[in-house]
Amino acid sequence: MDKKKLKALKLTANTLRQDVIQMLLAAGAGHTGGPLGMADVFANLYFNVAKHDPKKPHWEGRDRIVLSNGHICAILYASLAEAGYLPKEELKTFRKLDSRLQGHPARMDLPGVETSAGSLGQGIGVAVGMAMAAKLDSKPHTIFALMGDGELNEGSCWESFLNAHKFKLDNLLVMVDRNDIQIDGYGHVVLPLDPLADKFKAFGFDVFEADGNDMAQVVSMTEKAMKTKNQKPRVIIWKTIMGKGVDFMQNLPKWHGIPPNAEQAAEAMKQLQAERVRIEAEKA
Amino acid sequence: MKASLTLHPMLFDKPEKKATRDGFGEALLELGQKDERVVALTADLGESVRTHAFEKAFPSRFFEVGITEQFMIAAAAGLAMEGKIPFATTFANFGTGRVYDFIRQSVCYNQANVKIAVTHAGITLGEDGATHQMLEDLGMMRTLPHMTVVVPCDYLETKKAVWAIAEHVGPAYLRMGRANVPLITTAETPFKMGQANVLREGVDVSIAACGVMVYPALIAAVELEKTHQISAEVVNHHSLKPFDSKTLLKSAKTCGAIVTAEEHQRTSGLRAACAEVLSESLPTPIQYVAIEDTFGESGTPDALLQKYGLTKDNVVKKALAALRMK
Ligand SMILES: Cc1ncc(C[n+]2csc(CCOP(=O)(O)OP(=O)(O)O)c2C)c(N)n1
Ligand SMILES: [Mg+2]
Repeated sequence: MDKKKLKALKLTANTLRQDVIQMLLAAGAGHTGGPLGMADVFANLYFNVAKHDPKKPHWEGRDRIVLSNGHICAILYASLAEAGYLPKEELKTFRKLDSRLQGHPARMDLPGVETSAGSLGQGIGVAVGMAMAAKLDSKPHTIFALMGDGELNEGSCWESFLNAHKFKLDNLLVMVDRNDIQIDGYGHVVLPLDPLADKFKAFGFDVFEADGNDMAQVVSMTEKAMKTKNQKPRVIIWKTIMGKGVDFMQNLPKWHGIPPNAEQAAEAMKQLQAERVRIEAEKA
Repeated sequence: MKASLTLHPMLFDKPEKKATRDGFGEALLELGQKDERVVALTADLGESVRTHAFEKAFPSRFFEVGITEQFMIAAAAGLAMEGKIPFATTFANFGTGRVYDFIRQSVCYNQANVKIAVTHAGITLGEDGATHQMLEDLGMMRTLPHMTVVVPCDYLETKKAVWAIAEHVGPAYLRMGRANVPLITTAETPFKMGQANVLREGVDVSIAACGVMVYPALIAAVELEKTHQISAEVVNHHSLKPFDSKTLLKSAKTCGAIVTAEEHQRTSGLRAACAEVLSESLPTPIQYVAIEDTFGESGTPDALLQKYGLTKDNVVKKALAALRMK
């Protein structure tokens, strides 16, 4: 990818992060760390890889972006708003009474939300079902299923993977947010998943791994996975840092499910704006 | 008010508030100290369900199982069948709907001595929204053979309920909330599983309530008396199963009209339990305050209670409607 485009994606990820901070501040409750960690992956998906049209959210040919770990929906809403699915102003209604931006995504409320999610380990099954339908109808679109690594604790995820393999769903691209954090602490303490890549391989997946907070890697690894079609489901394990971009949030489990207060939000915005200046100074 | 129940003195002025789940955490710790058969499991929600004190005191009797609720219930059954008294803890949604068949077969059919203790039930869970707001659990749990179902109304009643379900041999479901709620009972208020408490005596209409709706029921009764000169009885049905038919029937006979109040769908919960008993033995007009066959949404607990009609005002309205049916 040319440097100019890469730089633009980095700037978009930075915008999404700033929106996430503003949303969580306004909401006064919710999940901050996961959305920040996945901002780069979302920027690349919505503004580089996926075929979609904010003017026609129900367009049949669109790629499906299915968020299975619904609690990180702040990054989904920020992406949808940046893409034009909803006015940016509306982000401030997140988690408030009568908002379309529910605490966990609600399909019937907001166009662009492919499935309601929140109870973990279900969105992946829905995504597999969508991939089965696309195969049945010989449709060329891709189903992206975004998942948390803690979410992978759920047995239902592995039921979905078994079937994705059985039905040779090479139109499915699973993306795991491998931040090694869940609610009660670090994932390797709460319930060890490693060797995760080997598990996916044993389940019949083509497995890719990369740094999910390095935009160059995010872009190139997604490209590589998209080109790989071996009649097998694919997964990219994104190594990410929860809270990425805000130093006092980074890699700390407590930021899984709390919002910043006014002071913390101001400091977070300062850091993200400084990062923006750095990106803008990059040669393109 | 019934003097013998010695309710909290500040109840009608400025009630003190505390979360039921805090009572659970404290009682679980005390229970663990007294009975070493007690073990606890959590599914990546230790802090929310307040098992931390138990975990610290008894690290080897505490099992963090990660986000594997189905496994947690099955494993709790296994632990119980080997003589332990397991408390399986998570949010109400993930401890019932998510694992229903595991409870049905491995816990209830086995008659395994498993205690399912859940928090964050109902719409008062708040901002997380509909996916997390369990409103069908009482129906699911109440209809299972061998299950005991308890819905405490406040912090102290929760503590007593924890002790009671631990003493009871057999499956039990304890439903708690997330929010801080008024202290209604005191250490002196009696608690016996399967026995409802008449919190306030009355003769015109009887309000049967459980959980977070007990407090609005009580202040509704005060308003009914002051504004409408109506004498309302208030009964705290903390046990949905075994259900105290005797107290319900007595109250229905005295008052001749019933209002049920619960933070649950209008079907299958407390309203259903009352209707089942009354339709068979003493047909009595019933009005209800409950969720109207809909999902919840994000919002603050108070805003949601208002929007979905789980309020004192609605209890008053339904009481007047019940009276008109007499
Ligand atoms: C079935 C189910 N059980 C429990 C929860 C509560 N819960 C929400 S997020 C979460 C941790 C998820 O970890 P991970 O997927 O790694 O997300 P991260 O913390 O990295 O954002 C838990 C236990 C839930 N939402 N659904
Ligand atoms: Mg994680």
